[in-house]
Amino acid sequence: MSSTTTPFALLPNGSALPWSEVPAWSPEDLVTATARELSEGGRLCAWFGQSSKAGVVLVSVIAFDADASLAVARSTPVHRSYPALTLLHPQAHLFEREVWEQHQVTPEGHPWLKPVRAVAGSHPLQGEYFRVNGAQVHEVAVGPVHAGIIEPGHFRFQCEGEEVLHLEIALGYQHRGIERALRGGPHRATLAQMETIAGDSTVAHATAHTVLRAALAGVEAPLRAQWIRAIGLELERLANHTGDLGALANDVAFLPTASACGKIRGDFLNLTALICGNRFGRGLVRAGGCGYDLDAARLSTLANRLATAVRDADQAATWLWESPSVQSRFEGIGTVSSRQATEIGLVGPAARACGLVRDARFDHPTGWYRFAQAPVAVWPTGDVLARARVRALEIQRSGEFLRTQLAAGVEGPIEEPLPPPAPDALAIALVEGWRGEVCHVALTDHAGRFAGYKIVDPSFHNWMGLALALRGQAISDFPVNNKSFNLSYCGFDL
Amino acid sequence: MSLLWDLPLRLAFWLLLAPLVPGLINRIKAWVAGRRGPPLLQLYYDLARLWRKQVVMSSLASPGFILGPAVAWVAVVVAALLLPLGPAGTVLGFSGDALALVYLLALARFATAWAAMETGSAFEGMGVVREVSFAVLAEGSILSALLALGVQSHSLALNQMLAPTVGTGSALLAAGLFTVLLAENCRVPFDDPNTHLELTMIHEVMVLDHSGPPLAAILHGASVKLLLFSVLLVQAVLPVANLPAPAAAALLAGGVLGVVVGIGLVESLIARLAFRKVPLLLTTAFLLCLFALLVAWKGGAG
Repeated sequence: MSSTTTPFALLPNGSALPWSEVPAWSPEDLVTATARELSEGGRLCAWFGQSSKAGVVLVSVIAFDADASLAVARSTPVHRSYPALTLLHPQAHLFEREVWEQHQVTPEGHPWLKPVRAVAGSHPLQGEYFRVNGAQVHEVAVGPVHAGIIEPGHFRFQCEGEEVLHLEIALGYQHRGIERALRGGPHRATLAQMETIAGDSTVAHATAHTVLRAALAGVEAPLRAQWIRAIGLELERLANHTGDLGALANDVAFLPTASACGKIRGDFLNLTALICGNRFGRGLVRAGGCGYDLDAARLSTLANRLATAVRDADQAATWLWESPSVQSRFEGIGTVSSRQATEIGLVGPAARACGLVRDARFDHPTGWYRFAQAPVAVWPTGDVLARARVRALEIQRSGEFLRTQLAAGVEGPIEEPLPPPAPDALAIALVEGWRGEVCHVALTDHAGRFAGYKIVDPSFHNWMGLALALRGQAISDFPVNNKSFNLSYCGFDL
Repeated sequence: MSLLWDLPLRLAFWLLLAPLVPGLINRIKAWVAGRRGPPLLQLYYDLARLWRKQVVMSSLASPGFILGPAVAWVAVVVAALLLPLGPAGTVLGFSGDALALVYLLALARFATAWAAMETGSAFEGMGVVREVSFAVLAEGSILSALLALGVQSHSLALNQMLAPTVGTGSALLAAGLFTVLLAENCRVPFDDPNTHLELTMIHEVMVLDHSGPPLAAILHGASVKLLLFSVLLVQAVLPVANLPAPAAAALLAGGVLGVVVGIGLVESLIARLAFRKVPLLLTTAFLLCLFALLVAWKGGAG
């Protein structure tokens, strides 16, 4: 089924819809209809519960990537339970666990119903874990405190010797209640909170939030602001992809790329700082546009330094492909098939490394990406090498995109005040951050305040991919697999 | 020279110079990467710092947790004292001391593994399994290398064995022993001494729970072992013992420096092996040493 025949309400990315126009079906029908769309090429962007006076309402957001449209539907209030969508489509498994955790609504038949973040006062580590029995099987518990300066998360391996049979990941240590804090908003702190959903995706989350705010207000940010946001987003991608290539090299003790990328990542971060004074792009994106403009002198400095940094990053990546010792560590390690990737709903570079052409900048363009696009970078093999290759390709293509777009800016204001938001509406914004699709969905009440706000960080889709990648792999290859996904803990924990 | 002077001087050589070796390797790695790198004497500072620190002990561990590193340190230092130093020969030499050297190194490994198992941690158990299984292959190479030298010199005393004639066998021995040196001293491509990732560690993960003076003993012992292997490699390949003292000292120092530069370059330019490929490389090292043995044997007969 395509977007032309679906019973769902359709809307383009970065737009709003009156809540009354979102079709409401019984929970059973919503599950059936969602399952049908997913079977026929749709992709689950979000599935969440919304409390209302009458009870908990389920909301289903599906992306039709081929038609550049998004589909929404909701259920009538659920009484305690409904048939699980996960049984038909594993990509819903975390979403349904989250609904169960937040709203005490049971998806009947869910095969692994346990809390997602363990917010009920208990420790994420203290849950039930899948266990493999056998005399030779041993369990290795890693984290939540790790040896490096990284975020907390708990990994439970079931191993037979050096081989991993199963990996289960328990997160939630950084749950801050961001979605709950947004209710009744936007508040004064809201934009700052959006920037810290995942600090490495500051521009991506801030852009998604502000696109959504503009959609609710029925306007669009000034064009020049959209141009600057795109520059910020691509610089964020360049910095993080470069850092990831360096981290991958470091994990296999390949010093040349590891040392070079550490330095080049800093070069890219400094370019963001050149625009807004902050290396992570804090304060760059504002509700009504952008906080900082780019004058001609700074623009030419930016273009020059960018060209050097992209060339350096390309060289550092080439060392990886030219070293047989590195290739033997990356090739065929942590393979996720494209079928698995589709079934669990991978997004971002992890999905593109499985051969899936899935990029919100291309599939659902908003902002500046409606006028200019970088080719989608795809690699077919699904292993660590593919995930590294996709990143290197995206460094080249984002570099090229920026080179042309820096010269193609438009004049005009960078910020305009937003009109009041529409009451009783639903708005959706998808932004392709460096890690993948960032999805924000907002529902407003009768006064135009947020009645509900759902954030889906790409990590939420992708952690399962890491668990699958480890099946049958050597446990000593976990770090390099983990780096090849490089998922966010705080973006997941919210 | 009397034993009274000789022994303290040799002890001073091994104990005081050894921590310089990792410092040199780190400087070479930093130089290749274009970094400034840690100070040359960093390990000395680290040892001084650790020595002043308190020991943290797991409530599960028996005194073996402390005893292990001590036994390992003593074993490695005694093994180092068995090794002749060029024309100065050895102080503790006896016929068969070559085998004693191998077994002292094995004793050190056993003691480290024992101390690691004391913690009851899954990580350290995993490290012990890896260390011991790779050691089985590495020990074979050392034994065949020593046999090659023994056949060549018709002796089992290191003093006579380490006066080789340079030939085809030396090249094979050099390649084989250098590979074993990298494996035995947890260097790239076998292990990564700089990694913080427990799941990828071999040797490092075994000493993860040690602290204070025992950790200092472990780190110092590791540096002595590295110097021991470098000196052994140089003397097994170059005729150091047959030269006059100043030339021998220069050749030995130059040779060890060459080995150190070699380690630094290997660590700078190639990535680590996956664990499943480690046995392949170690078997190659074993074959190289075995061929050196064959060359020595046939050479002796012919």
